[in-house]
Amino acid sequence: MGMSITAIARNRFGLGSRPDDGALADPKAWLTTQFSAFDPRPAIITALPDAAAMTVQYRENLRQLRQLGIGGIPRQPDDPEPPKGAEAQAMADAQQKARREAFRAAYAGQVRARLALALEGPAPFAERLVHFWSNHFAISADKLATATMGGPLEFEAIRPNISGRFADLLLAVTRHPGMMFYLDQAQSVGPGSLLAEVARSRNAPRQPGLNENLAREILELHTLGAGNYSQADVAGLARALTGWSVGGFVQRRIGLEAPPGQFVFQPAWHEPGRVTVAGKSYGQEGEAQGRAILADLALHPHTARHIATKLATHFVADTPPPALVERLAGVYLANGGALMPVYQALIAAPEAWATPLPKFKTPWEWAVSAMRALGLKDAAGNARIAIMLNELGQPVWRPGSPAGWPDAASRWAAPDALLRRVEVAGRLAALAGGADPRALAGSALPGLLSPATASAIARAESPAEGTALLLVSPEFLRR
Amino acid sequence: MIDRRSLLARSALIGSLALHPGLALAAAATNRRLVFIILRGAMDGLAAFSPLGDSRLGALRGALARPPEQLGDMLPITADFAAHPALAGFAGLFKAGEAAVVHAVASPYRERSHFDAQNILETGGNAAYAIKDGWLNRLLPLLPPAPPPVAISAALPILLQGAAATTSFAPSRLPDASASLKARVAALYEHDPLLHRLWGEAMATEMMAGSDNGPGNPVALAGTAARLLAQPAGPRIAVLDHGGWDTHAGQPVRLAAQLRQLDGMIAALKSGLGAVWGETLVICATEFGRTVAANGTNGTDHGTASAVLLAGGRVAGGRVHGDWPGLARLFEDRDLMPTTSLNAVLAGAVAGQFGLDPDLVVRRVFAAAPAPAMPGLIRA
Repeated sequence: MGMSITAIARNRFGLGSRPDDGALADPKAWLTTQFSAFDPRPAIITALPDAAAMTVQYRENLRQLRQLGIGGIPRQPDDPEPPKGAEAQAMADAQQKARREAFRAAYAGQVRARLALALEGPAPFAERLVHFWSNHFAISADKLATATMGGPLEFEAIRPNISGRFADLLLAVTRHPGMMFYLDQAQSVGPGSLLAEVARSRNAPRQPGLNENLAREILELHTLGAGNYSQADVAGLARALTGWSVGGFVQRRIGLEAPPGQFVFQPAWHEPGRVTVAGKSYGQEGEAQGRAILADLALHPHTARHIATKLATHFVADTPPPALVERLAGVYLANGGALMPVYQALIAAPEAWATPLPKFKTPWEWAVSAMRALGLKDAAGNARIAIMLNELGQPVWRPGSPAGWPDAASRWAAPDALLRRVEVAGRLAALAGGADPRALAGSALPGLLSPATASAIARAESPAEGTALLLVSPEFLRR
Repeated sequence: MIDRRSLLARSALIGSLALHPGLALAAAATNRRLVFIILRGAMDGLAAFSPLGDSRLGALRGALARPPEQLGDMLPITADFAAHPALAGFAGLFKAGEAAVVHAVASPYRERSHFDAQNILETGGNAAYAIKDGWLNRLLPLLPPAPPPVAISAALPILLQGAAATTSFAPSRLPDASASLKARVAALYEHDPLLHRLWGEAMATEMMAGSDNGPGNPVALAGTAARLLAQPAGPRIAVLDHGGWDTHAGQPVRLAAQLRQLDGMIAALKSGLGAVWGETLVICATEFGRTVAANGTNGTDHGTASAVLLAGGRVAGGRVHGDWPGLARLFEDRDLMPTTSLNAVLAGAVAGQFGLDPDLVVRRVFAAAPAPAMPGLIRA
């Protein structure tokens, strides 16, 4: 029993056991104390281009596309004539290729860094929470503007805020260029703002306007939850957020200069006046209005229940026990939205330590835990793990929607997906270099390995086959 | 023609992790080539090469003593032995003097765990996991300088691990999960209702879509190895893995498929090596043999002695080497009695192939489990 508690701590809360991970004397203490070892900005991340660099790259790409007359982006008065004929096509193709290569390289570097931290970081529970919150505040890499923003959003807005107050996490994500680009906030302009006035008086061909996308998803996905807000709340929050933008990106007639890729508040774009959100009226001026609403949303009882539900779903069961959700929500509100006490309540909950294993691993969780079980570490070739995750059905930072990836077996346990895992297990097992799978099984699933799996592994016809069987065994596919 | 550039371009997601920069071409001071095929899962040597006119075979094995009807009869290769009809290509080489068999061979290992036995096969030791490096790696310092040996797999097998430089190469499309792995997965999920249902659906879909014989199949990998070795300045030694020999159930059909694949691998090596085939030795060895008697599921269980296949222009071919023990006395009353040491075969074969002093090979390479090198396997 003691060993299975270690296994649950390492697999359900952490990211899986490594061969050199021994038994834990106090698994619960291991979970709570590891935050002091967690580094929000390790060197492997700070060495990568940040959101500002990615914004510059994006802006440069847009300029190229515009000047080549690709993608229907309106030309600007001082743009040179677009080249014509075969030469132009060749130039466009070459630039397109270089652009794709630059995106691919940046994305691959980000995935490699995320994976390295998941494989070797000193605080696997904290890293799991990074992945959890990154999925809660999902952006998707399928827009040109966010193709390489998944990494920066997670590295810059999520990592530093996983163990503080949810309000700070919410604010950091909302202000991040990745989120503003993804949900079209950077260009949102109040209809009654100074900029809109000027545009109307000049009869500009394209009048700036309000964009509700970010406001809606904050209410539905990030805070209150579906069914707990009205269209009037969306409109109110969207008006309050006008002027929240990204420096060096949006070109307007009136606007403050700001370094590219940095948050900037544009007073001239902000919709003046009071707004009402979730039954409360906000009369603050400028940026303070949006901040006040976000701070209140973070502490709303609906938000507490929404977050408690998602955490309990992630750590306990696809349909979590309502009593546990209520308990977690209560702890959240009683502590002013501080996240550490919620994590501690989760760790203390008997429901979180139950067997049989309730959660079917997502492809990311499975791939990471498999690599950890084999003792694999960061390596140059790991960037290509991104390709493997595409095959397994969960490309990193590309869930395709702001709702993120579903956290339920019904999404991941499917016939073809299972076959893919078996194939990938065969390939990963080949990397174990002949290690004895009986020993690997003991270190990967201490106290959880079923006699049936142990005997199937021992009877496999080669070490690689035994290792593959370990990785696709019922107890390894779950946590 | 494969150059380093296309090798890199074609190397796998995972294969590239292990790709050694030493694969770059450099001069080799020998023309001799060695290919080692590890047959994982325990090949039934008695079914691959059966004694002629021993009534005990039929008595102990029943229907298993005969190959599936549609393949035809066993192919006599000497007055005393016949090859399985799925080894028709190998039997042809045997007649042409380019292949030989060593029968009733076993490593020092006398228990029946695949992992432990493969470890001993690969390390040349006398106890599992007692030696860290592979015997083929220990052989390298005795050989003339040449580009590092290459394993055609995602990672280096233990056989090649060790101090001397080696490399591995895998094509970008690695083989799909093997039939053996899939069968074991099915058994593993028998008591898990969700996984059992999903796996059943996946297998049904796959069956309808037809099987995949893509570039990752063993015959194609053997062709890749041959193309690498055929280059004048390419590596001189290649290692291939071939799994799926653990025929506990439904042996006639499964074993025929395995042998046919192995036959295809040897044919692909000969055709890909071209003129260099004359300089080549191919060794196919397995970790142990199988029980002489059939079990209750139309298969055989883990046994002791098996056969080693040798092929190539350097082989003193057309012979079945070793002391045939017959089937009157069985090891532990169940297995073919081992009469020849696997290490004796390996030492004799590689010493002959590379013109080395056999005693030196035994001392340097097989010191943990020495046996006098078997003479006469390789042409003078």
